[in-house]
Amino acid sequence: MSGATVREVIDALETIHPGTRDRLCRDGQLRPGLMIAVDSSVASSGMRTRIEHDSEIHFLPAIGGG
Amino acid sequence: MSTNGKPKYKVIGTRPIRHDGVDKVTGRAKYGADIRLSGLLHGIVLRSPHAHARIIKVDTSRAEALPGVRAVVTAADLPPQGNRMVELGEGAVNMRHLSANVLAHDKVLYKGHAVAAVAADNVHIAEEACKLIDVQYEVLEPVLDVLKAMLPDAPVLNDDVRTDGMGSQAADRPTNVARQIIFTKGDVQAGFAAADVVLEREFRTGTVHQGYIEPHNATAIWNANGKVTVWMSTQGIFTARQQTAELLRIPVADVKVVPMEIGGGFGGKISVYLPPIAAALSKKSGRPVKVIMDRSAVFEATGPTPASYIRVKLGVTRDGKITAGDAYLAYEAGAFPGSPIGPGCMCIFSCYDFPNARVEGYDVCVNKPRSNAYRAPGSTNAAFAIETVIDEICQQLGIDPADFRIKNGAKEGVRRVDGPVYSRIGLLETLDAIKASEHYRSKLSGPNQGRGIASGYWFNIGLKSAVTATVGYDGSVTLIEGSTDIGGSRTSIAMQLAETLGITAEKVTPSVVDTDSVGYTDVTGGSRVTFATGIAAIEAARDIQRQLVVRAAELWEVDPSTVTYVDGGVSGPGGKRMTFEELAHKLPETGGPVIGNGTSGKATQAGAFGTHCVDVEIDPETGKVQIVRYTVAQDVGTAIHPSYVEGQLQGGAVQGIGWALNEEYWYDDKGSMRNATYLDYRIPTCYDVPMIETILVEVPDPQHPYGVRGVGEVPICPPPAAIANAIAAAVGVRMKQLPMSPPRIMSAIWEREAAK
Repeated sequence: MSGATVREVIDALETIHPGTRDRLCRDGQLRPGLMIAVDSSVASSGMRTRIEHDSEIHFLPAIGGG
Repeated sequence: MSTNGKPKYKVIGTRPIRHDGVDKVTGRAKYGADIRLSGLLHGIVLRSPHAHARIIKVDTSRAEALPGVRAVVTAADLPPQGNRMVELGEGAVNMRHLSANVLAHDKVLYKGHAVAAVAADNVHIAEEACKLIDVQYEVLEPVLDVLKAMLPDAPVLNDDVRTDGMGSQAADRPTNVARQIIFTKGDVQAGFAAADVVLEREFRTGTVHQGYIEPHNATAIWNANGKVTVWMSTQGIFTARQQTAELLRIPVADVKVVPMEIGGGFGGKISVYLPPIAAALSKKSGRPVKVIMDRSAVFEATGPTPASYIRVKLGVTRDGKITAGDAYLAYEAGAFPGSPIGPGCMCIFSCYDFPNARVEGYDVCVNKPRSNAYRAPGSTNAAFAIETVIDEICQQLGIDPADFRIKNGAKEGVRRVDGPVYSRIGLLETLDAIKASEHYRSKLSGPNQGRGIASGYWFNIGLKSAVTATVGYDGSVTLIEGSTDIGGSRTSIAMQLAETLGITAEKVTPSVVDTDSVGYTDVTGGSRVTFATGIAAIEAARDIQRQLVVRAAELWEVDPSTVTYVDGGVSGPGGKRMTFEELAHKLPETGGPVIGNGTSGKATQAGAFGTHCVDVEIDPETGKVQIVRYTVAQDVGTAIHPSYVEGQLQGGAVQGIGWALNEEYWYDDKGSMRNATYLDYRIPTCYDVPMIETILVEVPDPQHPYGVRGVGEVPICPPPAAIANAIAAAVGVRMKQLPMSPPRIMSAIWEREAAK
């Protein structure tokens, strides 16, 4: 999957697996309750996070804490 | 004790007296209940006597007519929220649900659910007025068990809840099952086929409260200019401000939250309950209003951690290598969606290298209070299940439980079932520390005793912080921060600033201030403050260093590039040198104040692990469990103030012991909690536990300049499993339900005897 940012990767994913974007995003932003990890680090820039050609992206449940 | 005996720093790793210590021990520290304002009214909340009912009518007229009553509010006094989600720092929240939790809309969903509130000249009048509010209910059948709530014919709490499965919706009909999560890794079927031993067990955990001593409180004044000020006990002033503003639908900038000292939170003082009510009462009455929960309200109407059902299946080779795992978790969300099922699913296999695994989890609404965070939310339930199964497998295979964990333990490069790969972590070091401890190598001291170990994991959440530090002309520094101080964080943050500037911790005066006085800072929670606010303080110190270099260059009439800040002062060409204090004295002649600012928001915090070892003794006549000896080994990264780190480890372990042995919401079949006082809800005291021994394993987190890891949450994860394993070793019964109270232990012993 190619793309310079997480958002571009989701767009690319959407062309191959239609409906993916709606499962991950709402109103152009990551859906509430999700978080993004790029290369195993939580992405503080969210959908704008820049990625490398061999990056791994995980969409995970958002975590809080006590 | 610490495994790192070589001090690397001058301030970090020392144990200065906490800056707020004198105020705390002399009783001068101000808590929410201490607020006194001119014209102050007292608010009381009317709460539902039913666990599940439709509100037919609320008539407040008789209450309003009572002399001394100044205002009465119901949900009608809160603005409608519509169907909107709002990001509140630790995650997005459904505002309609949050509003309905503050004051019930058309239904009450748990006993104690707030229905109306009264402000009066004193609490006695307010209490009398509450009795005069006529609420007509249509009582509905409650559902109090997570698995029953998942059945197709279960009473449904919320008409607007649909099952969300990572954005997909199973069916467009109301349900209690709010969320489904599935993680898979590898080939689970093949993994189990490759196992020599496969063990599957089911577990139950009870609803448990955080048990903070100070009740929730809020005092609010809604000024004539539309500005609202709230004094309250909270873990996060900025999230409290935003929640209050969103619930009242006024601009965030119109709300100021003033943090009072906080008598415990542990995750339970992040959601707001009282500020919107106090503010609405103030708006109606034109006077400040103070509302304080009583203990029953704290239990019945705040946010306990969820009860849960967990099934775990584990496949292992004869020589003790994990081949596969399969877990099913269902967590009770309480009245509205939002249990920590996500982290529960992410944590259940997080301590080990599973080549093949599947995890399935559900967030389920039941007629209990809306659940909330509690120290490593979701992880303790999960650890109880997996760590117990591991112990039983070790027993079957005759493998030392520490050796099994070392053989399979997570380390750098291991991929979790939810996907991410670990960076440098210290689980194995905690296992090595336990294995090498005098405790683990010692013999048990008497009959009916057993020893158990268990490990646990928590993420630590990073997030955002801001601080401001001002250099005084006498060489002191005032440090302004927005992290409310629950566990000594004022001093831990001040120490990082001091270390960076090369001054003593005593030269820094830290203050936690209101939302108008410091930059945005996320909650004190998620084991993040010493890490993230610490980074902000280090950044502020570096900002000061840069400015002091320029000031020194001006004094010495040299180019700033020739001056460096090193070892608590500035050095320049030709051996020029001034200490921090000497230079501070000269600030008035070089332009005046030096103010350093620092923020943190980009650093990704690594997780932390702990391993606990416990000896228990069981009274064979009563089933009572006595903790004989308890040792905590935890990877703490770098211990800034070792006493506070030890305190976190000890406190977390004791809360875990309470969860393991005693604590549980007792509901009758109508959904009424029958033990909503500390007389009947039994938290451990100093009479119940020995001195908790601690081993500080220091594997620095490379994301933090000094290697800090969050330490506050991990220590609650292992205790229930460690104690269950110790009970099994002592009396030969496997406990699969929390709490492991005397009646349950006796029942298990009798069942085993009957089966012989």
